[in-house]
Amino acid sequence: MTHDDEVLGKAYDARLMRRLLTYLYPYRGRVTLAASAIVGHSILELAPPYLTKVVIDTYIPSGDLSGLGFIATIFLLTLSGSFALEYLQTWTLQILGQRIMFDMRMQVISHLQRLDLRFYDRNPVGRLMTRVTTDVDVLNELFTSGVVSVFGDLFTLVGIMGVLIWMDWRLALVAFSVLPLIALITQWFRSNVRESYRTVRTWIARINAYLQERITGMTTVHLFRREARDYATFDEIDRQHRDANVRSIFFYAVFYPAIELVSAVAVALILWVGGGWVINNSLTLGSLVAFVMYAQRFFRPIMDMSEKFNVLQGAMASSERIFALLDTPVEITSEPAKAGPHDRGIPEPAEAGPHDRAIPQPAKAGTSPGVVGAGFSRLSGPAAIAFEHVTFSYVEGEPVLRDVSFRVEPGQRVGIVGATGAGKTTIVSLLLRFYDVQGGRITIDGVDIREMDLTTLRALFGLVLQDVHLFSGTIAGNIRLGHEAISDESVRRAAAAVHADVFIDRLPQGLATPVAERGATLSVGQKQLLSFARALAFDPRVLILDEATSSVDTETELLIRDALKVVMDGRTTMAIAHRLSTIQGMDRILVMHKGQLRESGTHQELLAARGIYHRLYQLQFQSAASEKPATSTA
Amino acid sequence: MLKYRRAFATGFLCVIATAAVALAGPWVLKYAIDDLGRGVDSATIGFYAGAIVALAAVGGLFRFVMRRIIVGASRDIEYDLRNDFFAHLQRLDLAYFQRHRTGDLMSRATSDLSAVRMMIGPAVMYSATTGLMFVVGIILMVSINPRLTLFALVPLPFVSLSVGYFGAVIHRRFERIQEQLAEISAITQETLSGVRVVRAYRQEPFEISRFRLANEEYVRRNRGLIQVLGIYQPSMGYLMGIGALLVLWLGSREVVAGRMTVGELVAFNSYLMMLSWPMIAFGWVTNLLQRGMASWKRMLEVFDTPPAITDADATDEIGDAAQIRGRIELRHLTFAYGDTLVLDDISAVLPAGTTTAIVGATGSGKSTLLHLLARLHNPPPGTVFIDGVDIRHIPLAVLRGAIGMVPQEPFLFGATIAENVAFGARGDSDNRARVEEAAAIARLDKDAAGFPKGYDTVIGERGITLSGGQKQRTAIARALMIDPRVLVLDDAMSAVDTYTEEEILSRLSAVMRQRTTIIVSHRISTVRSADQILVLADGRIVERGTHDQLVARGGAYAALHQKQLLEEELAAS
Repeated sequence: MTHDDEVLGKAYDARLMRRLLTYLYPYRGRVTLAASAIVGHSILELAPPYLTKVVIDTYIPSGDLSGLGFIATIFLLTLSGSFALEYLQTWTLQILGQRIMFDMRMQVISHLQRLDLRFYDRNPVGRLMTRVTTDVDVLNELFTSGVVSVFGDLFTLVGIMGVLIWMDWRLALVAFSVLPLIALITQWFRSNVRESYRTVRTWIARINAYLQERITGMTTVHLFRREARDYATFDEIDRQHRDANVRSIFFYAVFYPAIELVSAVAVALILWVGGGWVINNSLTLGSLVAFVMYAQRFFRPIMDMSEKFNVLQGAMASSERIFALLDTPVEITSEPAKAGPHDRGIPEPAEAGPHDRAIPQPAKAGTSPGVVGAGFSRLSGPAAIAFEHVTFSYVEGEPVLRDVSFRVEPGQRVGIVGATGAGKTTIVSLLLRFYDVQGGRITIDGVDIREMDLTTLRALFGLVLQDVHLFSGTIAGNIRLGHEAISDESVRRAAAAVHADVFIDRLPQGLATPVAERGATLSVGQKQLLSFARALAFDPRVLILDEATSSVDTETELLIRDALKVVMDGRTTMAIAHRLSTIQGMDRILVMHKGQLRESGTHQELLAARGIYHRLYQLQFQSAASEKPATSTA
Repeated sequence: MLKYRRAFATGFLCVIATAAVALAGPWVLKYAIDDLGRGVDSATIGFYAGAIVALAAVGGLFRFVMRRIIVGASRDIEYDLRNDFFAHLQRLDLAYFQRHRTGDLMSRATSDLSAVRMMIGPAVMYSATTGLMFVVGIILMVSINPRLTLFALVPLPFVSLSVGYFGAVIHRRFERIQEQLAEISAITQETLSGVRVVRAYRQEPFEISRFRLANEEYVRRNRGLIQVLGIYQPSMGYLMGIGALLVLWLGSREVVAGRMTVGELVAFNSYLMMLSWPMIAFGWVTNLLQRGMASWKRMLEVFDTPPAITDADATDEIGDAAQIRGRIELRHLTFAYGDTLVLDDISAVLPAGTTTAIVGATGSGKSTLLHLLARLHNPPPGTVFIDGVDIRHIPLAVLRGAIGMVPQEPFLFGATIAENVAFGARGDSDNRARVEEAAAIARLDKDAAGFPKGYDTVIGERGITLSGGQKQRTAIARALMIDPRVLVLDDAMSAVDTYTEEEILSRLSAVMRQRTTIIVSHRISTVRSADQILVLADGRIVERGTHDQLVARGGAYAALHQKQLLEEELAAS
């Protein structure tokens, strides 16, 4: 288990900070308001000690009771103003934090929706979820309590220093004499806390990853009686996390009392030196009292700021990770491909020259016949697909497809067979531009798919995958997905066409029955029927079946095949299958072997050729063949 | 939590000491200022200054110990709670995890737990300090001037009133925020793990808008909390400020009237400030407490869910998986998920060492039957027996240790291939040899040879780097590895190509001879050699017998067989 994403950078990074501040820009009005409220609040907070000084030095010796009432009124006004400003500050800042958090979450999720599948291959879902939830939350703290309160604290500090110098610069210097000590202690604290914070973060990430995996795989844990050993592993991670935390407590436990001690030293110095001056009348008693009061207030912001330091550091780490995600370039976009059709040594850009960019889809959109209630634009009729010398590898140096070329005519039904790892699924992934080819090109109706709008391209296909992914929501919602344009009637028709209605009708609420997370309450076969219905409801020009019938029992498979005959009508179909029976009725069968297209032809032609296909065929049916005499008599 | 009584007791002693020392400070100040007013020598002042520093040093020491003990204990408790939470999850059954989303459980184990931790540690520490300082501080203030104390404390009832009122509101609103955060996590998880479907069906805008709705709701709920916090926090400062105002105003009148010294006024003021700070912090502490309680409630929902499947009925008839011979009997087994009847009066005997195949349409109850056998769901009492013992009487560990289950969609872990294969293996002495043996039977050996680090290749999260067939074969090896008495293959080779399946089946046949085997498959070729074949339809056994018997019977199985033969003849023609 590696957690490279948990390695933290420096505590403060001006570059990151500047970028974070750009999120404030749309709300600069609010920021200004909050800043003014903070400054105003800090100034008003300075008043009470000074008012005390005035009372002690002026009104008490003179016994002026009305003067005391005057001071009390000012005090009350100060308090009220301070209340109003603090309210304003809290409200503005927290709402600001929420808005920024909202913006950032939307930005992250939107970017995730565009990122290439290669990115998903490298990054486990758990890690990406942390970006969207925890990391953004940490940043929120930065905006609400961190940055801005540091600003307020700094202002209070400067304010107090100013007042002290103004009241008596000699005594102010005495009070400031402890500042170097403060700087030393803070420095010690910061460097230690940074390190321990880093360790804590690493362990918490491990806890999360482990929990996530074990919760999802709990059934497997149960079946293999791993409870005790998994518990021991978890206990170990949990313990490490605790120990790292306990180590960091030490630094806090030293830091706070140390600052208080220094604060006491400052008060003692003021009392000792200032007291001497009071005795020889070069300082008033009221000033001394005010000094002591200011000194007591002086150290609170310092402690506050150190507390915020953690928030700041956490935010830096989180923002670095979020920005890294946002900065991950999307390679597969709708923009015209960087690699034009003229490079990469493609023999002859036959019918698709660099001039006919995207398909002129808007012209015919919606007007085309045969679109069942779908509001998305697409051309009608089956599409022609061509792979031209396509080369691809997931990992450099391990080619999955090597120089694969074939054509699928409009309306043709093509089956793709081959052993596990022959590259069948990759063909589909490339066709939908989940990945881009590394050599050669793929065209649809003569246009390089890299020059087509991504949405237009993908709207051509109806995809049925081996692993069916269901979303929480209803059965109907899983068929139409987000396309509200697909009517209830179309949903019902699609379900009926693949015979999914049989089991759906048996569910308590029919199509409106809620689906548990990942369709946990449905069987694999039922899920597959649903994904068939889904593909049909979208009425695609090209139907793609990726080993889609492998988990359906023979009876259901026959029903589906029956339905597919209707469905495939008027579409181009590409079907990947292990069961040769699924695809032998196809117009053409492509036989993949070790990343190369080795054979191509109809079932009969391929059998006659006595090649790989023939061998696969023999293997699949050899055991059943011996049964023949029995049935012929029956 | 009881085991931390001692730590908390010591911690509280330190709290008392800290408070006592802190309260002594203003007292010194009082004498110093009064003496200054009268005029004294600088040596006395020096003594006072020294006393202040000494008090701070002693106080700091106690503070250090207090923090280490109490916050340390809260970390210990967090650790215990997290372990308990995990252990409890491990005891919950399949049905529970079908009802609860992973993201939701995760947020209970992480953010809720940390809110609880804050409640136990810092919140407890601060409220103890605050409470104590408060009581002693008031006593000292009374001793200086009872009348002034009365005035200074005028705002106090308002403080406690608003703490009570706002506290309840904050609690409610925070609870709703946490729920929404869990919702956001769940949506994220769903949309990210279904990325291929989302892309293929161009659901990006829809998914983004779905997320936006949840996100907007989250902000809306937060806004509700902020409304309260915005008033609550400043009002604490305001109320305490009123107290300070009264002290300064009325106190100085007392000084003018000669009923009080300036030193006493300053000390009084210091006490009030010492009290006001904890009082303001009190708002923050209530916030922590409320959040902690809200989160604790959410954690309790999990803790209070009794495990549905336990060893409660276990007897010692069978105490060891090795004792099991593997004769399985089903007696009038009826089972329903809620109102949906899945299995209806199933009776069958699977003699030890034989192979039974189960054939049936999608949704006919095959997988449920297998789940009941391993008690992933609980069968009703007196319906499922192994070696004549009701499986509810067999300890879970023994029962599951005897069953090697290969599910339709195997779950693999983000570890090495060898670790995944050895997932259920006991003892690790000669693991590697056994892993390779099991892998060879499952025909995983040639794949492993092709991986960069062989069996030590780490497969991604959930085996993301493996193909469907490789995952299934890894799962087969994993089941063989525990040397089960009962081997269950639940359509376990659907993604394996035919050639490889042939190989696996032939290698398995040697292994199967010594075990009770249950095979679910849609392929006649896979099930034909079974000793007995059960045909399931709508949760009932509609036919049973050997392949030949069933074919001769001319029922559903024969029809299925016929269909597959027809295909084959069609192909051969």
